[in-house]
Amino acid sequence: MSTAAKKRTASARTAPPRNGNASAPVQAPEAQSTSGYDVEKIRGDFPILRQKIRGKPLVYLDNAATTQKPQAVINTITRYYERDNANIHRGVHFLSEHATEEHDEARATIQHFINAADSKEIIFVRGATEAINLVAQSYGRAHIGAGDEVLITAMEHHSNIVPWQFLCDEKGAKLRVAPINDAGELVLDEYANLLGPKTKIVAVTHVSNALGSITPLRQMIELAHAQNIPVLVDGAQAIPHLKVDVQALDCDFYAFSGHKVYGPTGIGVLYGKAALLDAMPPYQGGGDMIASVTFEKTLFNKLPFKFEAGTPDICGAIGLGAAIRYVESLGIDRIAAHEHDLLAYATEKVSAIPGVRLVGTAKEKAGVLSFVIEGIHPHDIGTILDQEGIAIRTGHHCSQPVMQRFDIPATARASLGLYNTREEIDALAAGIEKVREVFA
Amino acid sequence: MADLRDLYQDVILEHSKAPRNFRELATANHKAEGFNPLCGDRFTVYLDLDGDSIRDISFQGSGCAISKASASMMTQSVKGKSKAEAEEIFGRFHEMVTGHTHGDQPDLGKLTVFSGVSEFPVRVKCATLAWHTLQAALEGKQQAISTE
Repeated sequence: MSTAAKKRTASARTAPPRNGNASAPVQAPEAQSTSGYDVEKIRGDFPILRQKIRGKPLVYLDNAATTQKPQAVINTITRYYERDNANIHRGVHFLSEHATEEHDEARATIQHFINAADSKEIIFVRGATEAINLVAQSYGRAHIGAGDEVLITAMEHHSNIVPWQFLCDEKGAKLRVAPINDAGELVLDEYANLLGPKTKIVAVTHVSNALGSITPLRQMIELAHAQNIPVLVDGAQAIPHLKVDVQALDCDFYAFSGHKVYGPTGIGVLYGKAALLDAMPPYQGGGDMIASVTFEKTLFNKLPFKFEAGTPDICGAIGLGAAIRYVESLGIDRIAAHEHDLLAYATEKVSAIPGVRLVGTAKEKAGVLSFVIEGIHPHDIGTILDQEGIAIRTGHHCSQPVMQRFDIPATARASLGLYNTREEIDALAAGIEKVREVFA
Repeated sequence: MADLRDLYQDVILEHSKAPRNFRELATANHKAEGFNPLCGDRFTVYLDLDGDSIRDISFQGSGCAISKASASMMTQSVKGKSKAEAEEIFGRFHEMVTGHTHGDQPDLGKLTVFSGVSEFPVRVKCATLAWHTLQAALEGKQQAISTE
């Protein structure tokens, strides 16, 4: 919202009673200064971390599944429903105008966060899954035909496999898969060899949710663009850990979920280059996505609204905007440095435990430590760690082909967030020792 | 608070490390496959049925300690039993691991080591996977059964 708009809305109503600091502005931790990354202070921003689980302090290491929400996001959501709730884009009344401004502001916040050229390139969706389905169904159905190929990698989440299988089945196209090596790194030469005149789109993860590997996106996108092939990036696991600049990457689409970057569930983003989005048919029909409707003909709305049929998750978008501002207040580069240090510490500590084998040892990794213990099933590891108040994920992580690649049924996965500490990694290591004792 | 040792009793750990009847059954005339898509557990149960009676039974596959020990002890407990008896044991076993027992602990012999599972609701599927698979094999179902 512009300063003028804020003044206008602020003076137009008498402030209702407010609960506590529910209307406080987004907290900007002092860590923004040049002082060190004060993780203890940052933890204070997350009320959920103050609790004990089974009598032990909560050690939350399941951030790749979903992240916890800072007070700033919780306050924004509370305030929205206490004071600001109204439908957007259609009311002449005060609250509708205000909600529309806040919704627009959230879009602009996200635009700047990923350095998109224009806010109309930011499409609000339910999450990365819906973003990928949108591209597969809209761009894909318009551009991919019989005999064409869609190229993905061997470390995609099911959400970046199944939508393309739907498309390929419908069109008689073929899904091709670029391989990974034993460390969990993309084999770039083989990827390059798979690109060809039949390839109509590349869909690749930025960071593997099961392995933590960072893909060589810049090179992959250059190679694809050299043959005029557009690239969709599944950024669900990258957005909380890495600086994402969609213009520097030159990706054509970038998908992510709000809840993995400290925002609410049910809201996510599809970034797309305006020229591509403009040329694509709508994904869903309904209100808001139209310019005019008669029974003979409907004219579609302009971007981004063409892809946002129906009343959106208004509060979710505004909450995601608050989450992004919170992350920016800490600095994504400083978060990345903190997590990089923590991952190195965890890698050293956990791999030193006898019987433990890491799955995913790429040189470039972010946020994820997947492991197995000789003779002990990950599910049993998860149950025993849970008794210690430690939350990790066990299973195939919606990446069954990755498990097949490494010939294992499942892994135990500890995944990091901006609030995790070395002490929590020590607790994880002690928990793994406990697992070994139980099974000794 | 639920105690880990209630879940991971020595008998269970021992069976998980050295499962009994853990092989393909050459004489099998019924078999079924069961899997838990959430954790990747997958078992095949082989049956040699003589009319109504379970002449022999074995299993193969991979899974967590609870699911593997449960499968192992299941094969021991139903061998030589009739279909109806096996179903009846599963019924009581299911009541025990889900905490739906009425009054006294059911008389399940060695299988009572699984009573601790009722304190760990997310592990009920692990304890019952092999049993559901056995049920499918008894009923002659062709399609793999799933916990989901």
